[in-house]
Amino acid sequence: MQKPNHLTPEEVRCRTEEVLAAHAGLEGPLLPILQALQSGFGFIPQEAVPQIAEALNIGRAEVHGVITFYHDFRDAPAGRHVVKICRAEACQAQGANALADATLAKLGLQWHGTTANGAVTVEPVYCLGLCACGPAAMVDGQVVGRVDSARMDALLAEAGA
Amino acid sequence: MRVYVPGDAAARALGADAVAQAVQEAAAARGVDLTLIRNGTRGMIWLEPLVEIETPEGRIGFGPLDAADVAGLFDNPANHPKALGLVEALPWMAQQTRLTFARCGVIDPLSLEDYAAHGGLSGLRRALAMDAAAIVAEVTQSGLRGRGGAGFPTGIKWETVRGAVADRKYIVCNADEGDSGTFADRMMMEGDPFTLIEGMIIAGLAVGATKGFVYLRSEYPDAIKVMGRAVEIARANGLLGASVLGSRRDFDMEIRVGAGAYVCGEETSLLNSLEGKRGVVRAKPPLPALEGFMGKPTVVNNVISLATVPVIFERGAAFYRDFGLGRSRGTIPLQIAGNVKRGGLFETAFGLSLGEIVDNIAGGTLTGRPVKAVQVGGPLGAYFPRAKFDTPFGYEEFDGQGGLIGHAGVVVFDETADMLGMARFAFEFCAVESCGKCTPCRIGAVRGVETMDRIARGDADAIPLLTDLCETMKDGSLCALGGFTPYPVMSALTHFPDDFATTRKAAE
Repeated sequence: MQKPNHLTPEEVRCRTEEVLAAHAGLEGPLLPILQALQSGFGFIPQEAVPQIAEALNIGRAEVHGVITFYHDFRDAPAGRHVVKICRAEACQAQGANALADATLAKLGLQWHGTTANGAVTVEPVYCLGLCACGPAAMVDGQVVGRVDSARMDALLAEAGA
Repeated sequence: MRVYVPGDAAARALGADAVAQAVQEAAAARGVDLTLIRNGTRGMIWLEPLVEIETPEGRIGFGPLDAADVAGLFDNPANHPKALGLVEALPWMAQQTRLTFARCGVIDPLSLEDYAAHGGLSGLRRALAMDAAAIVAEVTQSGLRGRGGAGFPTGIKWETVRGAVADRKYIVCNADEGDSGTFADRMMMEGDPFTLIEGMIIAGLAVGATKGFVYLRSEYPDAIKVMGRAVEIARANGLLGASVLGSRRDFDMEIRVGAGAYVCGEETSLLNSLEGKRGVVRAKPPLPALEGFMGKPTVVNNVISLATVPVIFERGAAFYRDFGLGRSRGTIPLQIAGNVKRGGLFETAFGLSLGEIVDNIAGGTLTGRPVKAVQVGGPLGAYFPRAKFDTPFGYEEFDGQGGLIGHAGVVVFDETADMLGMARFAFEFCAVESCGKCTPCRIGAVRGVETMDRIARGDADAIPLLTDLCETMKDGSLCALGGFTPYPVMSALTHFPDDFATTRKAAE
C-alpha cells in the first residue's frame, strides 16, 4: 500500500476519474466507488471527496458522512498487513478475549493501532462466520481458525510485526 | 480418483488449502488420475478439513486432516487413522433433515451441471409455469417465515410487493450475516450459491421484479468471490438475463458488498446502504415492501429464506409445511458454535429442545466443563441457563421464554463465562454499532456500559437503573439493535444473579 505523501493530486484525480467512469451505470454507486478507491489507494484520499460529490451530484458533506459511517473506510493507510481479531460472543466463548488482550499487549497497541515499523495494524472484527472454530482472525483477507497464542505469534512474525 | 476438499472459509481457516495442495502433489507423485473438487462444507466443522473420496459404496470421509495425513489416503485408505466411514452415515448427517442445505458440501458449488443433477432448477422450472399469484400462494402455504430472525411470513411479504403498482420492483437479499454464532448464509453462499440465485429468481417472478441485489458483508471475502462467480456463470448459461431459461422472463442480479456496519443487517438500514447512503435506520411505515430500494416496492429477505424457496417448489408446499412445530413450519439450519465438542450446521425440523441441541448434538462443551449459558439468536439474543433447556426450538416457544431464535445461532459457554462481562459487552457492541439515529440506542448503549461498570464496582443502586435503562431501550428504540440489546443484558442479570452479586460482595 502506498503512503499518502507518495500520491500526487494528479494521481488521485486520474484514478478517481477512472473509478467514477467504471461505476457510472450502477444504481446507488457510492459504496462500490469508495470500495474501489480504497482497494487501489489503501484508503480514501480527502482530495477525492469533492470529485465524487460532483460526479454523483450530491454534497461533499454527504460523501464525508458515508465515509465516516462505515468501519471499513479509512482516511489514512493502514499498516502493510491488517490483522483482524474476532471479538464476538462465539469467539469469546472460545478464549478470544485472552488472545486479543495478549496480542495487543505484546505489540504494545490499542485496537486500530499500527506497529511502529508500519508492518501490522490490529483491528477488532465482530464475527467472521467462523463461530464453530474460534478464536478466529483474518490476515489481509485470509481467514484463520482456532487461533491460539502460538498461531498468533506465527502470523505476526510472518507479517513482520 | 475423485477427491473432495472443502473450499469453505471455515475449512480454509483450518488448513484445507494446504491439504488440497498435498492431495494434488501426492496424486501427481503416484501418477493417479485425480479429479479434485473444492466442495462446500458438510457443516461438521470439528472434522474440517474433511476430505472425501468417492467410492462405489458412497463417499468416504477422513478428518480432521492436515497435509501430513494425505499420503495415507493414497497408500492405505482402509486403515487410515482418520477414516470416518461413509459421510452420509455419520450420526450428525443421518439425524438431519437437509432440505435447504441438501446440496451443500455435496456438489461442486460452481458447477451448474452438478447443481441440476442434484435437483437444482426443478423448483424454478415449476415456478416458470405458474402465474405470480400461484407462486406467492405456494410460499404462503409452505409456512415459510423469515429466517433472518424476525420470522415474518414470507408469503405475506411477497403478496404485498406483488400487489404494489410500480414501474420497477426489486428483490434484495440480506446477506449481512453479522450475528455472532451464525454462519448459515456464508455456508450456503460458498457451498451452493445457485440455490440462492434460483430462490431470488422465483421471488422476482412472484412479485414482478426484474432486478435483484445480494448485500453481502465485507467480512466474508470467500463468499463474495463464490457468489460473484456464480452470478457470472448463471448469466453465461441463460439462468440470469433477458430470458430466464428461455422463458422470455427477465431477471438479473448484482452482488454488493457491505462496509463493516452490523446495523446494515437491519433491512431499512441495508436499503440506505445499498442506495449509497449512511446505513441509518428508516422509520416504518412506509414498509420496504411498498417503498424500499430507491423508493420502489422491494422484497427484502434473508439468504436462508430465499434459498429455501427452491426446495418448496421442487417438493411442494405441503411437503415443507409438514415438518416443524406450531407456527414454526419446515426446517431450521441450527448453527452450533462457541465452546462445543461438535460445532457446525445442523438442519432439522423445528421443535428440538435446546437441551437436546446442546447436550446431544453438540456433545456439551469442548473444554469438558459444565455448560453455564447458551446465547441463542446472536448478540441480541437472550442467555439461557440450563433450567430453560426444555424450551423447544421455535419462534413462539423462544419468545415465550423471554428469548428469540433470531438467525438460529446457538452459542455455548462453559462455567468460566463471566455473565456480567457478557452483559457489558452487549452494551459495548451496541455502542460501537449503533447507527445513531435514535436516542435510546445511541445514548443508552454508552450509559449501559457505564452502569455495568458501576455494578462491577459493587454499586447495588445501579441495578434498578440498569433495569430502567433496558426498559427505555426496549420500548423506545427504532430497530432491534437498541431494542433487543436488553435481551442479553437482562437475561444475564435474571438468570445469573450470582455473577452480579459475587462481584458486589467482593467489592464490599
